This record gives sequence, C-alpha cells and structure tokens, in this order.
Amino acid sequence: MIGLLDAIIQGILLGGLYALFATGLSLMFGVMRLVNLAHGDLIVLAAFVILAVTEKLGVDPFAAVLLAAPILFAIGFGLQHVLLNRTLGRDLLPPLLVTFGLSIIVQNGLLQMFSADSRRLRSGAIETASVSLGGDIAVGVVPLLTLVSAIAVIVALNFIFYRTSIGRAFRATSDDLDVAQLMGIDVNRTFAMAMGIAFVVIAIAALYLGLRANFDPTIGPARLLYAFEAVIIGGLGSFWGTLAGGIILGLAQTIGARIDPEWQILSGHLAFLLVLVIRPRGLFPRAID
Amino acid sequence: MDPGTAKPKQIFRIATAHGVSRPAAAIACIVLLGLVLLPTFAGRNLIQDLIFLFYMLALAQCWNLLAGYAGLISVGQQAFVGLGGYVLFALTLVAGLNPLLAIPVAGIVSAALALPTALIVFRLRGAYFAIGTWVVAEVYRLGFAQVKALGGGTGTSLTPSVTASVPGIEWIKTLLDVRTPAARDIASYWLALALVVGTLAFVYFLLRSRQGLALGAIRDREAAAASLGVDITSIKLAVYVATATMTGMIGALIYLQKARISPDAAFSVLDWTAYVIFITVIGGIGTIEGPIIGAVVFYLMQRYLADFGAWYLILLGTLGILVMLLAPRGLWGLLSRRYDLTLFPTRRRLETEPDE
Repeated sequence: MIGLLDAIIQGILLGGLYALFATGLSLMFGVMRLVNLAHGDLIVLAAFVILAVTEKLGVDPFAAVLLAAPILFAIGFGLQHVLLNRTLGRDLLPPLLVTFGLSIIVQNGLLQMFSADSRRLRSGAIETASVSLGGDIAVGVVPLLTLVSAIAVIVALNFIFYRTSIGRAFRATSDDLDVAQLMGIDVNRTFAMAMGIAFVVIAIAALYLGLRANFDPTIGPARLLYAFEAVIIGGLGSFWGTLAGGIILGLAQTIGARIDPEWQILSGHLAFLLVLVIRPRGLFPRAID
Repeated sequence: MDPGTAKPKQIFRIATAHGVSRPAAAIACIVLLGLVLLPTFAGRNLIQDLIFLFYMLALAQCWNLLAGYAGLISVGQQAFVGLGGYVLFALTLVAGLNPLLAIPVAGIVSAALALPTALIVFRLRGAYFAIGTWVVAEVYRLGFAQVKALGGGTGTSLTPSVTASVPGIEWIKTLLDVRTPAARDIASYWLALALVVGTLAFVYFLLRSRQGLALGAIRDREAAAASLGVDITSIKLAVYVATATMTGMIGALIYLQKARISPDAAFSVLDWTAYVIFITVIGGIGTIEGPIIGAVVFYLMQRYLADFGAWYLILLGTLGILVMLLAPRGLWGLLSRRYDLTLFPTRRRLETEPDE
C-alpha cells in the first residue's frame, strides 16, 4: 500500500517534468499552429547551454539558467523570425520537414561539440536533499521544485496570455490569423515573441532535465514524444490540461516501472494510445483543431 | 445566325502520355534489362550498393504515396520495416519457413497490424498524426525488445542454414560460377530489383486508375476533392494499409540481406524514415520521378560523404531544409518545369483539336 502511494507521489512529481517539456510545445501550437519535431532536441540543446554557462563561469545551474534564458530567448526569437515563419501556411509539410531537419542538425551539432558522453548538471547538496512526508515516504527536493516550477510557469503564461498586450496578440493570431493581421498585428514579430517565450520555458525544462538525470545529445526525440503525449492527453489549448496530461503520463510510467522496470516507457505510450481511443480530443480540450 | 461566325466545333481528348514519356518508357525497359543482367559482369560491391539503393527507393516510393498523395505525413514507417524484419526472423528461425515465403507473409502481417494501428492514429490529424505514428513505432520497438525468443533488446542473427535456404542460390552458384556469399547477394539483388519494380508498377498503375485521380485531387486540395464526392477516409485508409504491406515486405527483405536484427536498428527513425523523407523531398514529393532522383542523390552522398559522420547528417538536414524553403517541389520539380518533362505519365491533360 505504501509502495503504491509512493509510486503515485513520484509519478505526479515526474509529471511536473513532462508538463514542463510539454508547455513549450503547447505554446507553439497554441499561437502559431506549429508542431515542432525538434522540441526534444532543443530541450537537450538548452541543457548543454546551461552546462556550458556553469562550466565557463563556475556558477550554480540555478544561476546559470538566469543567464541562459535571455540567450535562449534570442535564439528562439531569431529561429522563428528567420526560418520558421517562412514555413507556415496551408501546407503541413514545410514546418514538419524543416523542424525534422532542425532536429537532426541540433542532435549532430551537439554530438560534434560535446561528444556522446553522458552529462549532468551539478548543484551540490540540493540534488540529494529530500523532505519526509511521514511514514516511509520521502520526496526529493528537486522533483518537488520541478512540479512547483511547472505550476509557476503555467501561472506566468496564463498571466501573459490574459493580462498583457502581447498576450492579446497571441490569442488573436491563434483565433484568426487573417483578422489579426487586418487589425494591424505584426504576425512575424508576434510569432517570434511566442517562440522566444517558448525557449525560456525550454530553458527551465532543461534545468530540471539536467538536474534529475544524465543527458546526452541523443535523448531529444524521446522527450519530444513525452511532451507530445502530455499535450494530447491533456487536450489542446489549455496549459492546465497540459499539466494534467504530464501528470497522467508520469503516473503511467512510474506505476508501469513498479510492475517491471522495462515497462516504464512502454506503459506511458500505452496510456497515451488508450486516451486516444477513449477520448480522441484529450481529457480537457479547449481548442478546436 | 451566320454559320461563318459560329465557333468551330472542337474535339476534346484526355491524354496522359506526353513529350518524352514514350521514348522514356523504351529507355526504362532497356535500363531494366541491363539491371537484370548486371550480376553477370558487375562486382560484389556494386551489387551490394545497388541493393541498398533499391530498398531505399522502394521505401521512398511508399512514403511518397502516403505523404505526397494521400496527405498522410507519417514519421513512423519504421514500425513496418521493423515489423517485416521481425516477422521474417520469427518465421524462419522459430517456425522454419522458407525465407522467400516469409517475405509475402511479412506483408500480410504488416497489413493486419496496420488496420488497428490506423484506427488509433487516424484520430490524430495533420502534424499530430505524424508524431502519433512515431509513438506507435516506439511501441512496436519496445514490444519486440520484450520478445526473448528473438533476442530481446540485443536482437538476434539468422543461422547460415536459413540464409542459404533462399531458393536459387545453388542455381546462381553454378550459373555465374560464384561462391555462396556472392550468390546470396545476387539473390538479394534480384529480389530487391523485383520489389522495387513491383512497387513502382503498383504506384504507377494506381495513379493512372480512377483511385489515382482521386488521390491526385486529395494531394492538390483535400476539401475540394471531398466536395466532388471523393471518399477521403476510405482512400486514405486503403493507401495506409497498402503502403504498410509493401513497407513490411521491404523490411523483411532488408533484414534477410542483413541477417542480423535488433529493435534499435530495425525500428530506427533515422534509417527508415528520416532518410526516406529526405530522399522524397530532395527529389520532389508528389511525383514518381522525384524519389528516383532523390534516391540516386542520397546514394551518392551516402557513398562519398558518410565517412564524415555527424557533419554528413548536418549537411543532409540543411539540404532538406533548403530544398523545402527554396524549391518545395524538389530537384525533379525544377527539371520538369524547365524542360516540360514527364517520365511517368500519370497526369491527365486535356487536349483539343479542331474538328475537320
């Protein structure tokens, strides 16, 4: 019984990480209907950027992410402005193919620069610190911080979307691109801003990816699939739905792993396919499309 | 009314053959004959290279039919390559079936599993369909990694008795006076050639048929095709199952030739989907000629640049992006527009001539 309760708590905390992976993807889809096949590789890229900052400046990863975030915002802004805006239109193939190509470029670029070695972000005592919840159950501080950060990111994004003028532009382009343009919204700049913000979310996701486990240049595609599954399970168009999707995926993986360690990933995928069969539009859908 | 001012009556005809397409058909027959006879004089390296070229081309034709015509952009066709390979290994190693028989059975199994797969992934549209198919391929990979009889996560090899039991190897040995390994390659070469010609013929005649007209309409604009009475869902389902069948058979052949299988290699998104997508897009998506050109370009790049490892893949990714942005119809699109070329006449054109 304690074992099951423990699995549920760990699963919810793992879900926080998946929600962080998924929120960036959800934001890109929500604003510019872009499905970014390079998302997982970009998270890994951000983890290497944070690693490079910690090693160069000798600072803690939590401080490094503050320095890396503006760099990544600029990369995201530029990427959308220069490359991805050209791919958006009626045809689905260009954005898919360009982000797929980008995924291969980022993966192999990282391989060239950082080799295939497993790396990890080091942050001293906090990595192994844990909080006892009574009984035999304890939760790690880093997993707990991951979930808290996921919630904070979603609160911040909802604030941006519903309380600021750029957020109004995001919602307008999302609802109707043509009318938004007629109303004088600079779509290219709006999309670039959205991608910049998505890259800041990616930086936060990358911090916890690197703190919680080893990473190497090849693990991106699997993170893309987890992020995607969380978005679809939660239903399109709602960040809180994405958080719920991440938690369901985390629970499925953790409970599957308790039955047989080899089944962790497989049970996550199967939970996703099950949701697709029962509720094709996800559990908490808001957007149509 | 004055008869002199009436518009002359015209005769309208629907034609497909155009310009160079008739001489091209003759040349294609000669090239095919040359390829059939090639093992009698070519070296073993060329034979092995061409086997690789043939199965990449066959996979690209399947993906082109799926994505270029039916609008089903799948990033998960490695599911059927791996499935076909594993079915071949299971049937030959465990059930003792002849490999030549196992190839069509692999196709049937792929079709049988493509149907329930489609029921799930067809619930996703557009780009989400793409990632959904990838998830399914991962499920297949992780599933086969659990099958201990086929080596689990590390995979397994075909025994020499299986690889030598392809019919005709003895015949090739005496006919061409070669040793067993070379004879195996030649048998695989002819099988791969037969499969690629079969795939091309299937795609070509499908596109010239009534269903092909519907597929072309879906490619050009789905909503308009639907409004003209094209049953989009059933055509897409049929194309998905048909390409899964062919992809499964190609996968079986690939792993008969490789004689060693593992889940990570057999369900590799890079080898069996990324390369195939780049071949199709660089050559020209939505045409039969495009993947052929793309396969040749890819083969040359692989041959001369693959030693550069990661840089080669970065180059391939960059090339794919550039083609998509600057020449979305690919190399064949550039050529055919400039010189008005058609090698595989699948497009129906309206010809008019005045009535005498």
